[in-house]
Amino acid sequence: MQALPAFDEMFGTGEFYDPRSPEGVTAAYRAIRQWLADSPHELMAARRAQAELFFRRIGITFAVYGDAQATERLIPFDIVPRIITRPEWQRLEQGLKQRVAALNMFLADVYGPQDILKAGIIPAELVLMNPAYCLHMVGRRPPGGVWVHIAGIDLVRTGPDDFFVLEDNARTPSGVSYMLENREVMLKLVPDLFDQVKVAPVETYPEKLLETLASVSPRKQRGSHPTCVLLTPGQYNSAFYEHSFLADKLGIELVEGSDLFVRDDIVFMRTTEGPQRVDVIYRRLDDDYIDPLVFEPSSMLGVPGLMSAYAAGNVTLANAVGTGIADDKAIYSYMPEIVRFYMGEEPILANVPTWRCREAESLMYVLDHLPELVVKEVDGSGGYGMLVGPHASKTTIAAFAAKLKANPEKFIAQPTLALSTCPTATDGGIAARHVDLRPFVLTGSDGVRIIPGGLTRVAMTAGSLVVNSSQGGGTKDTWIIDA
Amino acid sequence: MLSRTAGNLYWIGRYLERADFSARLIEATQRLAALPSSYGGASNAWESALAAACQIEAFAATGMAVDEHEVTEFLTLNAGNSSSIRSCLESARSNARAVRTALTEEAWEAINTAWLEVSRYGTHLSSRETLAQMIEYVKHAVAAFDGAANRTMLRGDAFWFLNLGAAIERADNSARLLDVKYHLLLPRDEPVGGSLDYFQWTTILRTVSAMTAYRWVYNDSVKPWLVADLLIVNRQLPRSLAACYDEILRHLDLLASNSGRRGPAHRLATAGHAKLAGGNIDAIFAFGLHEFLTQFIIDNNRLGEAIAEQYLF
Repeated sequence: MQALPAFDEMFGTGEFYDPRSPEGVTAAYRAIRQWLADSPHELMAARRAQAELFFRRIGITFAVYGDAQATERLIPFDIVPRIITRPEWQRLEQGLKQRVAALNMFLADVYGPQDILKAGIIPAELVLMNPAYCLHMVGRRPPGGVWVHIAGIDLVRTGPDDFFVLEDNARTPSGVSYMLENREVMLKLVPDLFDQVKVAPVETYPEKLLETLASVSPRKQRGSHPTCVLLTPGQYNSAFYEHSFLADKLGIELVEGSDLFVRDDIVFMRTTEGPQRVDVIYRRLDDDYIDPLVFEPSSMLGVPGLMSAYAAGNVTLANAVGTGIADDKAIYSYMPEIVRFYMGEEPILANVPTWRCREAESLMYVLDHLPELVVKEVDGSGGYGMLVGPHASKTTIAAFAAKLKANPEKFIAQPTLALSTCPTATDGGIAARHVDLRPFVLTGSDGVRIIPGGLTRVAMTAGSLVVNSSQGGGTKDTWIIDA
Repeated sequence: MLSRTAGNLYWIGRYLERADFSARLIEATQRLAALPSSYGGASNAWESALAAACQIEAFAATGMAVDEHEVTEFLTLNAGNSSSIRSCLESARSNARAVRTALTEEAWEAINTAWLEVSRYGTHLSSRETLAQMIEYVKHAVAAFDGAANRTMLRGDAFWFLNLGAAIERADNSARLLDVKYHLLLPRDEPVGGSLDYFQWTTILRTVSAMTAYRWVYNDSVKPWLVADLLIVNRQLPRSLAACYDEILRHLDLLASNSGRRGPAHRLATAGHAKLAGGNIDAIFAFGLHEFLTQFIIDNNRLGEAIAEQYLF
């Protein structure tokens, strides 16, 4: 694979790469460089082995669909932390708040008065004809007025001050359990390093999430807490570990569809002491499967009647139904306009320049430049079904071009960004690997909560730009430090 | 607590208890089968092991010959046998994963590690040494889980359902073991209590890890009626039927005190408990030991079903 000239977060440039050299190290990474210099290769190898053992034992595994050989795999964990300084983070945090607020207002608008469509900012058919636009939600307002309670915003960096939003995840973003467990593992593996570098804690996430969920409960009872549950598709889902992990940390029941039932538009769970009313469902099940009476009729994972209880305002779903329209990649390309329209401010976080293949001119450009672009499905996720031009063979590109011509409205294209690199422990020693960052933004009826940090994903293969865990990507602990 | 969670925990308890019992049964049977026949080394030792594990029919269906290798493999690593140690640990682990939130981290790690370790043995037994290692490991792993659960779990529904399942399974295993040894192992013309079968009785005691306990309790040579006394009515032995029913009743009471509701399971457990509490071993012999044990196994199964029904598993 050809290496892109990338910004390295430790050295600034990728021109030389000797982690033991004191030259050219950014201030943020000084302690890390010293730590790397003091750790012989064998010690790093031992720490890596220890980390893997730890993850395996606590069962942090994920499943890869269609992979019978390894139904349970470990996500590779890299023990070199990724550093972001407090001033850098503060700017990101402001940008994230602004962006998620705009996403929530956009959803309230497109399922309500549709002002943004009337104002001609976004072509109406792009929203109204979009498969992700949920007709059941038209004219509805979810309890507390919040649509995207948990957002995962994927950020990439290309230079010292250049952060871009690559994707918004407004449906059921995952990965937060790795953010939390990575920190736990690091605390065990390298306590000395935490003594030298003051790292902002991430462990309050479960508490913040619980507060967020409680804030949007449709029932306000004095003196008693609302009953929140986490709805999982079950233990064969790729993110099941995370579902059970979060339910445990939140102290709420981990339920499957069959544990819930609806009577008189009220949701109950089946317990050994009889039915118990449920107020808030943190669901990790896609819209299509949550209620067989309304959506996919063959789904065994959902709860018949759930949408009716939701419509009656007796239960809160987090995230709300229909949020997929906000993380559609064609809508994404309008995010700067969306932010300006609702917030009346310039967006703090920039978008990656995006060609909408549905527009004839853009399509022509994209078809002419496929070898240098990244092309994605507008409703895709997890790194499935995308083309990374610079890393694709001629035949792959030709096949993709045919797909693109057949259904141009299904695709967007972006330039291949030179994602920043971070020092990463590999079998051959410390080397530069490309990373991205997914911070998690919580929105309740009482405000926005952001934990300092997020999940850093790292492409473990040299030169690779694909960080998705389903494609062999790994993770790192992310440290927000007071520089 | 979610009914599904309660059901899963109850079955985790049963699966682990079954795995532990199988491990001990194999170990004791190996010892017995290795003895010269003049010492009671019975040629049908492995058949009786299958009977004690309630696996005669399942094993026959495989068409394999009843010999040590086939039987031990069937009871330990066979993936097709849902009661093999491997399958028990796999099911227990899968259940634990589904109800991960009901277990503490320590308890989950114990069960997860047990499955990961045992799954490394594959599905075929390579040698007696491997078998011995595995048996040792399984006993250790189940004890580790019990310890982790006991030391870290909240004293609440989750803990009680787990223990309830274990106690029901343990009662079933003890009853079956005793029944089989009395009626399958002994040649018909051998008088029960003949001097020849010292090793048969010690095999029973070893299977329930009570060889030393027997000496402490009775301070006597190994006598069949005392073995039966120990396994049926002696409350000191944790694997005796009486001790199991003490535990079952206690856990059902705790569950009821939490929910304030009692049901058919309580009535059945109370009746079962009363039978054992009132019975002395002479009366049981007079009634017929085999008849008593057969009835006990049926009642115990019925109690298991009643628990499932009452708590809507």
